[in-house]
Amino acid sequence: MKIIGLIIALTTGGFLVYAAVDFPDWADPQSPASTHVSPHYIEKTMEETSVPNIVTAVLADYRTFDTMFETTVIFSAAVACFFILRTFLREEERRERLYRHVLTGVTVRVKEGGKIPPSDDFERIDDSWIPHDLIIKTICRLLVPFIQIFALYVVAHGHHSPGGGFQGGVIFGASIIVLAMSHDLRTVLQRIGEKVVGVLCAMGVLLYAGTGALCLLLGLNFLDYSALAPVLGVGPVMARSHGILIVEIGVAIAVTTAMVWIYNNVSSRGKYDEGL
Amino acid sequence: MLWQLDLAILTLVVIAAVGALMVKDLLGAAILFGAYSFMMCLLWTIMGAVDVAFTEASVGAGVSTVFFVAAVFRTTRRTKD
Repeated sequence: MKIIGLIIALTTGGFLVYAAVDFPDWADPQSPASTHVSPHYIEKTMEETSVPNIVTAVLADYRTFDTMFETTVIFSAAVACFFILRTFLREEERRERLYRHVLTGVTVRVKEGGKIPPSDDFERIDDSWIPHDLIIKTICRLLVPFIQIFALYVVAHGHHSPGGGFQGGVIFGASIIVLAMSHDLRTVLQRIGEKVVGVLCAMGVLLYAGTGALCLLLGLNFLDYSALAPVLGVGPVMARSHGILIVEIGVAIAVTTAMVWIYNNVSSRGKYDEGL
Repeated sequence: MLWQLDLAILTLVVIAAVGALMVKDLLGAAILFGAYSFMMCLLWTIMGAVDVAFTEASVGAGVSTVFFVAAVFRTTRRTKD
């Protein structure tokens, strides 16, 4: 089986290399890709959409239908992860839970039905609990707000610099995952619950598709943002720029929550009890 | 861009890719895959595709490595084959 796989991989690679010879030279101005629509984008993007970053304009305006379904793909991935991994069944042989006395560091093992002494100083800890590390916890807690600010900047500044909904959303999701890894899963679930994550993930896609449907209702093509001009109170060119920002926010919400959703399911084996 | 630097990064990409396939320890494979993504990110930057490089750095080298580590942590660390 391994040899067959190797033969298939080598043959495919050989064909790829063989086909790559026919490619136009790198940055060749006469290549088909550079002569067909690229000149239009490079010359007209600024006057048609007033977005300096051509990549963002192409991604979220000229080719916005593709991007909408890319967002849908990420949403479907998160939903698939949820359906495969999430288990609502309660286990029969209930394991003991571990509690740690914060002041003394003593760990208490509580069997099923048992109770801990009535005190606020006990905190629940995971089975695979790694000893309390003050440095990691503090540094991560300090870093999270800065990561989130940077993520918002990446989303909002996608018109002018590299970035946009996907990257900003992933960075924002990473900040929440950092919190889950440095503390535990329950800390994150207290702040952003499972239902909120699921609903927000769908809302992000809905915001994108809803913007398109609004354009349709206002009398232009699906996702033609210049239809939003009367609603936003700006000219049609500025409306395209604002429309890009609206859908990028939708993408960012969907991607952020998709990342958190997948991480929660994978790291807790779908039980949402004990994380990584 | 210097062609020597280009070649060095390309070599590292191939080494990381082959290493991620060959190594028996799945955690090591996840880390090597992260290194592969990071080297690809550098290559995109060299080729001038900054947006793609940004996506590769955040998705490929960042979050997907975390997903791999979480999955390895919740299953087994050794491969069967």
